[in-house]
Amino acid sequence: MATAALSRFRQPSVIPGFGLALGFTLAYLSLIVLIPLAALIVRSAGLGWTEFWRLATDQRTLSALKLSFGASVIAAAINTVFGMILAWILVRYRFPGRRIVDAIIDLPFALPTAVAGIALTALYAPNGWIGQWATPLGLKIAYTPIGVVIALTFVSLPFVVRTVQPVLEEIDTQYEEAAATLGAGRLQAVISTVLPSLLPALMTGFALALARSVGEYGSVIFIAGNIPGVSEIAPLLIVIRLEEFNYAGATAVAALMLAISFAMLLVINLIQAWSRRRFGHGA
Amino acid sequence: MVLDPSLQAGRDRPRKHLRAATTEAPAVRWTLIAIGLLFLAVFLLLPLAAVFYEALRGGVAAYAEAITDPDAMAAIRLTLLIAAISVPCNLVFGLAAAWAVAKFEFKGKSLLVTLIDLPFSVSPVISGLVYILLFGSQSLLGPWLARHGIGIVFAVPGIVLATIFVTFPFIARELIPLMQEQGTGEEEAAISLGASGWKTFLLVTLPNVKWGLLYGVLLCNARAMGEFGAVSVISGHIRGVTNTMPLHVEILYNEYAFSAAFAVASLLALLALLTLVLKTALEWRFADNIVAARGH
Repeated sequence: MATAALSRFRQPSVIPGFGLALGFTLAYLSLIVLIPLAALIVRSAGLGWTEFWRLATDQRTLSALKLSFGASVIAAAINTVFGMILAWILVRYRFPGRRIVDAIIDLPFALPTAVAGIALTALYAPNGWIGQWATPLGLKIAYTPIGVVIALTFVSLPFVVRTVQPVLEEIDTQYEEAAATLGAGRLQAVISTVLPSLLPALMTGFALALARSVGEYGSVIFIAGNIPGVSEIAPLLIVIRLEEFNYAGATAVAALMLAISFAMLLVINLIQAWSRRRFGHGA
Repeated sequence: MVLDPSLQAGRDRPRKHLRAATTEAPAVRWTLIAIGLLFLAVFLLLPLAAVFYEALRGGVAAYAEAITDPDAMAAIRLTLLIAAISVPCNLVFGLAAAWAVAKFEFKGKSLLVTLIDLPFSVSPVISGLVYILLFGSQSLLGPWLARHGIGIVFAVPGIVLATIFVTFPFIARELIPLMQEQGTGEEEAAISLGASGWKTFLLVTLPNVKWGLLYGVLLCNARAMGEFGAVSVISGHIRGVTNTMPLHVEILYNEYAFSAAFAVASLLALLALLTLVLKTALEWRFADNIVAARGH
């Protein structure tokens, strides 16, 4: 009977509403997320393997993917270094304005990407506040791949700070004390006792920043200059293919990016599972 | 300035050799603080300042004119409408999902939680594209929708769908860990004392999660009003009809109407600042009732 099947599926409880809550959750999840994503997968499968491969390995597609990934890796690396420093000073030190600094770190999550995009372009354009100092040095930032890196650094700034911070707060200083009593210098003590416990959090933060950057669109398109093959990112190429009514081309690039995103999601989950086994906490 | 409370104990003694073994020399400390703050100033504060500077550069009159322009007003109204539809949808979903996941034990639960987070790992552009593939003119449903005069792509319903997609996990991922932490004891007590399911939900569960709920709504709303990529793909950029505020910023900017673009952008920046202030206030005041305060 239905009740017997249900009790095998879930543990009994006196609380009502399981069927309604789960039913609504699954229906809404399917309608909004799963069916539309399935539509993308079905459409790209409908292209056939040869056609898909031809579209995905097109020169313009490859250079767009290369830029999206290269710039994202650099931005995530920058944010890993500075995110570590920011998490460290926020957790370990007390200085005036610390809580305001802590709050402002989430600005990139709250500020609409288009606003960030035009603001960064205004700053780094040749006549902008920062651009006017870079131009005489022969450094062109806006409308080049460097501009892409700047925009991606902005949007993915909070990830490493926010993954490292809670882990650092939990770390007991007794191991650092032990290292110090055994004669380790301060730097050596931090590297050998604190850094290993922070490693999973740093890796998760890096992966989250990377995943966010690869798909980013709004903040990049204003500053990038969008020259095909030079400063054209993969999400923009999807939009361009759509505007050309080249649905096959858009679908192929999108399916490729989706596969990469899911692979990164898997890696993040694996890091966290490993971290839980190794350190007893998620990153 | 005492940087570390552990130093306070040794204040009246010679300080040279009394630095705790678990902190750094003052020079190192201040250098790290300076590097961190300088990085934030260049990457976060300068762009924010640039928005307001560029917006007000043409004077207050030009600023007022830019945001009271009929197309700008239409964009503001549409943005408010989109948020007013998509946030409540995700609110109901978040409550239902959290109720199912946190109050019951069933198979496939962790898979469900992973799937709920899925939209965060999808590029905004793809979030818009999937609805074009589903409802656009070349899709299976397209001709049928066209015959019946139902506009989804390049119309408001499409923008709402894309916005719901990108803001999908916000409220659920705030409520699920919070309700899991609170357990089922209070609900079981209410039910065993004869309260109905709905009454238990409204009088026991909801008051327990209200601050976490508000926190989720705040983040969801900020993203719903500010979403650009997904909405840009599906809206068709029809002025006064399917233009949201972020899209209007883009159009003005591409027409070299920089002051007007930054004027509309400054409204969105104010929304972001307001969101940060409220979010921080909630974190400081109700830290115990907000589980996912970090890591968004």
